[in-house]
Amino acid sequence: MEENLGELAKQGVRPVAISADTSEESATLCKKAKYTYTFLSDRDATVIRQYDLLHAKAGEDGRDIARPAEFLLDSDGVVRWRNLTEDFRVRATGEDVLKAAQGLK
Amino acid sequence: MAEDEVVTHKKKWNWRIWVGFLIALAAIPVYVAILVWHPVTRNVPWATWLMFVLAGWLLWTGVRRAYANPQEYRGKIVGTVLGVLALAIAGLFGFGTLYLSRELPASGGAPQVGAKAPDFTLPDASGKMVSLAALLTEPLPGGSAAGTKPRGVVLIFYRGYW
Repeated sequence: MEENLGELAKQGVRPVAISADTSEESATLCKKAKYTYTFLSDRDATVIRQYDLLHAKAGEDGRDIARPAEFLLDSDGVVRWRNLTEDFRVRATGEDVLKAAQGLK
Repeated sequence: MAEDEVVTHKKKWNWRIWVGFLIALAAIPVYVAILVWHPVTRNVPWATWLMFVLAGWLLWTGVRRAYANPQEYRGKIVGTVLGVLALAIAGLFGFGTLYLSRELPASGGAPQVGAKAPDFTLPDASGKMVSLAALLTEPLPGGSAAGTKPRGVVLIFYRGYW
């Protein structure tokens, strides 16, 4: 996960990180990110499935997790940009999102 | 008398096979602990491949020396074994970064550009229930945009903390 996504909040774009981690597990990452983003816990992968991002049993403990993806939504909740990486090591950067966010009002 | 004397000298330590192997052994830990934090060395792990190439070259020249000059250098068997092991480690890294990390579901049903993102409610890191609708309208906390409605939200789905 890119750590410079905190810059996004300053630019008026709210970063929301979602995974199948529990709230406790997310709290560690949240602290590391100095609370600049919202971390949501989707432990049973319900929302992950709703967004068709399920990567079944791919978690370290065999749990269902999300395949990595980013969606930029405008203030009406409409998807304006998305990134579904082909390689989980390759992620969108804060700059990629900021560039995409330039079109937002 | 001179013909009966056998001149023996201690064999030299074949440092190449050991240093080569150590570099191969260190390649994956260095990637995971350090290089993975920078996209330039993470996305295309050229630096790690360079370490494997260096390790391979040292091991190859080391084993070659041991075979070509067995009176001078030790390491024919050890060098060969370490060389095979180093190759296996490089193979493991290749498997992880060229195959495993690309084995991702197609996700054809994920929301497309122009579609409305499905609403949801999930607990945050403190356990409080938060909805997407609220995230789109509640004012941002800190920084220069504090107190203003967000221009947008970026949902970042990730594999998890580990």
